[in-house]
Parts: sequence; C-alpha cells; structure tokens
Amino acid sequence: MFIDLLKIELFKIFKRPRTFIAFGAIAVIILLVQFALKVNGKDFVQFYTDSQADTFDIPYEKILNGYFVCVAVLHMILIHVPLLVALIAGDMISGEAGLGTLRLIAGKPVTRTQLILAKFSASTVYVILLLVWMAVFALLGSMLIFGTEDLVVFRETDMHIMKSGDVLWRFFAAFVFAALALTTIAAMALMFSVFSENSLGPIVATVCVVIVFTIVQQLRVPVFEETVNPWSFTTHMLGWKGFFYVDKNAEGATIAGSVENPESLVRSGLILTGYIVLFLLISIRSFNKKDILS
Amino acid sequence: MSEIIRVKQLTKEFGDFRAVNDLSFTVGQGQVYGFLGQNGAGKSTTIRMLLTLIEPTAGEIEIFGMNLRKHRREILRQTGAIIERPDLYKYLTAKENLRIFSRLSGVRVTDRQIMDQLALVGLAGRSDSKVKTYSQGMKQRLGLAAALIHNPGLIILDEPTNGLDPQGIADMRNLILHLSRDLGKTLLVSSHLLSEMEMIADHMIIIHKGGKVAEGIVDELLNPEKSMVELVTADLPGTLNLLQQTAWAAMLKEPVNGTLRLEMNKAAIPELNRDLVVQGVSVLSLRPMNTLEDYFLSLTKA
Amino acid sequence: MKKMRVLFLLLFFSAPALYAQEVRTLLQQVKAKYDKVNDYTATGKMKTNVIFIKAPVATVKVYYKRPDKLKIKNESGVSFIPKGSANVNMNNVLGLSDYEAVDGGTEKIAGISCRVVKIFPLSDDESITRSTLYIDETKLLVMKSVISTKENGTYELLMSYKQYAEWGLPDKVELTFNTRDYKLPKGVTIDYDNGSGKDKPEDAKNKKGKVEIAYSSYIINKGVPDSVFN
Repeated sequence: MFIDLLKIELFKIFKRPRTFIAFGAIAVIILLVQFALKVNGKDFVQFYTDSQADTFDIPYEKILNGYFVCVAVLHMILIHVPLLVALIAGDMISGEAGLGTLRLIAGKPVTRTQLILAKFSASTVYVILLLVWMAVFALLGSMLIFGTEDLVVFRETDMHIMKSGDVLWRFFAAFVFAALALTTIAAMALMFSVFSENSLGPIVATVCVVIVFTIVQQLRVPVFEETVNPWSFTTHMLGWKGFFYVDKNAEGATIAGSVENPESLVRSGLILTGYIVLFLLISIRSFNKKDILS
Repeated sequence: MSEIIRVKQLTKEFGDFRAVNDLSFTVGQGQVYGFLGQNGAGKSTTIRMLLTLIEPTAGEIEIFGMNLRKHRREILRQTGAIIERPDLYKYLTAKENLRIFSRLSGVRVTDRQIMDQLALVGLAGRSDSKVKTYSQGMKQRLGLAAALIHNPGLIILDEPTNGLDPQGIADMRNLILHLSRDLGKTLLVSSHLLSEMEMIADHMIIIHKGGKVAEGIVDELLNPEKSMVELVTADLPGTLNLLQQTAWAAMLKEPVNGTLRLEMNKAAIPELNRDLVVQGVSVLSLRPMNTLEDYFLSLTKA
Repeated sequence: MKKMRVLFLLLFFSAPALYAQEVRTLLQQVKAKYDKVNDYTATGKMKTNVIFIKAPVATVKVYYKRPDKLKIKNESGVSFIPKGSANVNMNNVLGLSDYEAVDGGTEKIAGISCRVVKIFPLSDDESITRSTLYIDETKLLVMKSVISTKENGTYELLMSYKQYAEWGLPDKVELTFNTRDYKLPKGVTIDYDNGSGKDKPEDAKNKKGKVEIAYSSYIINKGVPDSVFN
C-alpha cells in the first residue's frame, strides 16, 4: 500500500506545472552563470586571487575549468534551492487542505502515518531528481563547455587544489550530502504544512527560518557561534562543500582521496538526519491528532 | 435486520463549544437513512467522526459490527463518502481522479470499470477533461463516482444534490434509490432538500444544536396519530378568542405567521371544522402539518 | 725590521683587494662551470608548502635557456608558481656584469663548508638589489643563495646536487619566499565550518612560503623553443 501511496504522490507532484517551473528555473540559472563565466570568467577568478597576483603566476585559464564552474554554480544555487523544495513540500498537506482533497484522502483506509511518510518520501524523490537535474546541467554541462582540469576551491583563509582525477567522486559525495540537506528542508516544510490550511504559510515560514539561521550563522557574534551555530541545520547544510576541503600531510602536500576533518562531515550528516527524524515525528504526531475540518 | 452503523453517546467538543452532544442512532442494512438538521446542527461533524476525520471527545462508533477505532482500515475499505462539496484534484482528469481514489481505497480498477462508473453518473463523455473545467454539478457527480468506485457497502452522502439542476436532482434521487433497493447498499444521506429527503429516506434522524430531537421511520414521524394542525381563518384574533373558550383551548399552540396551530388527533379535524363553521368562522384552510418541512421546522423552532 | 714592517703593512692593506680579487675569480670559475649548460628541459616533482595553499605534489617541467630564460610549468594540472622561481636560474646572479663582490667568510651548508660571497649590483637597472651566494669551492657549486629583488621581495634558494653536479644542475631546489596575507570576505565564500581553522594561531603569522622541486631528469643542450617561455 505504501508503494501505491508513493506512486500516487509522485504522480500528483509531476502533474502540476509548478514542479516543472523549478526544473526550468534551475536550468536557466545554470546556463546564465555558465554564459557569464565563459564571457567574464577571468575577472571572476581574479576576484579570488587578486591578493596573490604579485607573488604567484596565476593560471587563470586552467583554474576556470568545468569543475570550478560547477562548484561556483552550486555555491550560488544551493542557497536558493531550499525555496524550490519548500514550494513542493510545503504544499503537501496544506495544499490538499486548501483544495479540499485532504478530507477525501484522510477518510480512506490508509493511516495518517502512511500518508505523511508517503508525502515525505515523494518530496525526497523530488529533491533527488532536482539534484540529478542540477548535476546534468551544472557538472556535465560545465565539463562540456569548459573542459576539465585540476579543481581549485577558494575558502575564506586558504585555497585547496585537487587533481582532476580526484574530483568526480567529491562531486558525487557533495550531491548526496546536498540531497540530505535539502531533504531536511523538505521535512521542515512538510511539518509546517501540517499546521496550515493554505500553502503560502508553510512555504514562507520555511524560507524565513532558513534565511534567519543563515544570517545568524554569517554574523560573527560569539554568543551565536557558541550556542546556535553548532546546532543550526543551516550550518550543517553547507557540508557538501566539505568534500572539497582536502587534508594535507606533514610536508604540506595534499593527500589524494582525502577530506579535511571527515568527522565533521559525519557529525553534520548525523545532525541533519536527526533534524529530519525530529521534523517527521512532529509531523506524524500532529497529523494523527489533527481534526480535519477543511 | 443487521446494524451497519451504531453510534452511541457520541460527543465532540471544540474547546468550550459542544458541536455534537450525546448523540446515539443506528442505521440498518439497506436503509436510506436521512440525516437532517439546520446549518451548524452538527451533521458534518458527526459525518467526519464516522470517517475518522475528527476524533470524538466521547462515545463509540461501530460500523459493520466493528469498532471504528480498532478496525478503521477494514471499515473504510467498505465505505464511500462525499463530504460537503466534492473537491477533487482540479489539475487531474476525471479518470485520473477515480484511479487515485480507487487505489487509496485498496482497489485496483480497470479503465473499463472507471468508464462504467463515469457513465453511471453521466460523465463518460468528459472522462479525459481536467476537473477544473467541470461545472459544479459535474463535480458533484464525479464526487459520487469517486465514492462508489470501489463498490462500498456503506455510502455516506453529505448534501449530494448541491449544485444540481432539477434533472440532476431527480437523477441523483433515482440513483440513491437504485443503490439501496436494487444493490442493497446502505446510505446515510444528509441534505437540506427536505422534500427530496421525504422521497428517498425511509429512516431519519433530526439533530439540533448537536443533539437528537427525533429519530425513526419517516412515515411514522410524519403521520402520527397526533399531529400539528394548521388553521387559517379570515379573523385570526376572533377565532383565537372563540377557541380559548372551548374544549379546543387545551390543544392550542402558539400562532405562527398569521396561522393558528393545534396539536390534536387527526381524526378530530372534521369535528373542529364543524364547530368553527357553526360558530360562523370563515375557515380558509385547515390541514395537518405532515410534510417533513413542517415537522422539521416544528421541532427545530420549538 | 723596518722592511718587515712595511711589507706587513703592504700585505695588510692590500688584503681586501686581494680577497675581492679572489671571490671574483671564484665567481668566474663557477660561472664558467654553469655556462656549460646552454639550455635544458627538466622534469620534477614540485611540493608547495604555503600556509594558505593546499596543493598536491605536481609534476612540473622546468625549461631553461641561457642567459636568463627560465619557466616552470605544470602541464597536467594547476599550480601556483612563485614569481621568484625565475631565480632558480643562477645565471641571474652569475651573469651580472657590473657588481661589487665581498667575501663574507665561510659557512656550513648541509655539512659542506661554503664560501659566502655577497654581491651588490652597481647598475640601477638590475632587478636584483643584492645577493648572497654560498659556494662549495671544491666543486664550484652554489649550495645556497639569498636574492633580494626590487619588486618581488627576497628569495632564498637551497640546492643539493647529485648526478648532474658536473653541469651545476641541482637534483633538488628549495625556494623560500615572502607571501602576502590571503583572506576573502566570509559573506562571499560562505564556508562550511569543519573546525579545521580554529587551532593554528601561530601559522597565521607565518609570512613565508616554500616550494620544493625534486628533479628526476634533465635533457641538456638539446634545444628549447622560445615559445615555451611565453
């Protein structure tokens, strides 16, 4: 029965035009960024390397390769994709209530827990498909347009260089982690959706929560850095970038296939999973107790 | 006759407001059971409790002889319902909607079965149109098709004739009677169209302010030995004065809308008529109030 | 006695001139050895040890053409090559025509006793402002050089020699150079905080970077096209 429910939910998601707006928007954004970097890429790289131009010969053309462009695209897009996820997941229960179909499906011989889990699973499938779509355009597309070379990732206080043969698995891991991060957003949006009877509220609430915690994270206020940031899911959602921070040996050379401080990534993954479980439990409990009056 | 629905002391409170108050009734196999009440009487709340959309504050519900709380899945597999207006997935076609609702009921239906169901409600020609293009009446009929697609034994219809034209109402009436009399389905029908209910329901319950005010066989409720009689004369105050000085005074009730009301045996109506005529009263109308509307209003306005 | 005193005074006051003459001769001998190489293409492994650059060991090609063309290239990847790497070519110093050379005594480098020669270019057109060479006199090899430039700060080179010593070509070079602070706005990078940057306050003060090239082979005097230096 659960598989039937999941198929029904996926059918409903992909029958709505708004679903394809998200895919279209992502494709357009990626193409625009790729076009901009193709035209003005050297300026973009110079922004990151300007302070070192007197000390080093900067290989601008080599740095601006498909892998670098993909990381740049992901950096720009993954901040905004939570909105696209919230658009679908935030509509899951409240949208049905608004349509008047919630009373029809809740009066069927399926448990409310099954309904929530099916809707959550469908949201997760949507997130995965969205990321696959992103991978095709951002990664494969960039590789085709810009070619491949070693990847340089610029952090606030250092830069990491990875050999081209050591990059693809990192993208795979990053996309998997991004799926976990966006699934957390989906779970939160679904939770808000249980408490509302119109879709706008849960979508706005989800986006606002993400914005507020992101701003708190960016402010260098010690009290936030010590109390909020270590547990904020927006902090850990950035974990996909951690796969592009390479560990080094005692002589300062990077170690191929390594990741700097992998324990932090495991911790972030567990915290995000914990949030997903928490949001789901709240959703299931609340939905089971809810009087459906719509 | 076996009981299909058995509701015992059902209560629902929303905060301080008691929407359903200690309600008990039974619906037998094959009956068309009318569920009547004014707006806000508690009909929809009761129906939602029968479909587990709302958790009762107190009381028990048994359907098909099983406790609803413990055997929800088995019961709902055999139940179909329209609750208020039948909102379906507007962005899907009629066929897609029926396929979804049949799957949710645990039944896989073929395209042929879907088309047969749509034909039954007169929508076969619009099976591939999106529901958002449907009129209200068409949506109502599609909602009924969705309630019937999985061949349930119990059908709960909340305002099934909403939005239907006179032909549509007649078709719905005939369909309900067909489901009950020919197919042996049990139907619980809530409606404001009292004249329609009078024609289709064989049992009914009238609720008011969350509680039961009357329950029973329709014929018996509408045609008791004692009933309310309405008297219209040319001189209402004079007639009232006259009756108050006679043995008829004990049967007088409050006048309503320029008419006199007496609660009395119907067999005594000719005698009353004779007495009035002998006294020189111009009787314009003298009739027992035995329509459902009369009965309903008399109970709910009392 | 008087004659002895005059002789002694003569020797004492002419000693600096004699020493200067000696170090010039030494430099010319070293230059003559290094001039045996007109060009080379070398292959090597380059390690980058700069606090803010995490780079893999890169396979590089080093191209040299007399007198002053030198280029280090990572042809199969990305490397940040320090601009001072041009000074890996000793001819930048040995090829100076107008300079003052001063004997700085001796010092041990990697256990080898070296003559310290301080060189001061006399022309203002030179990019080098001063240079100190530590020369193994017996083998006529520059073991270490410290070169100060007008525009790119000070570079220190440490050489070790094995199979190509007769050509004056090192098998390993360590280049140490000054670096500038590297810091990007946090709001731009929006980094993932993996806790790695918290425990190294002392490294932040390290303003020097190091590049180490271990040469595996040289192709000497077989010709190098000018195009590789573009």
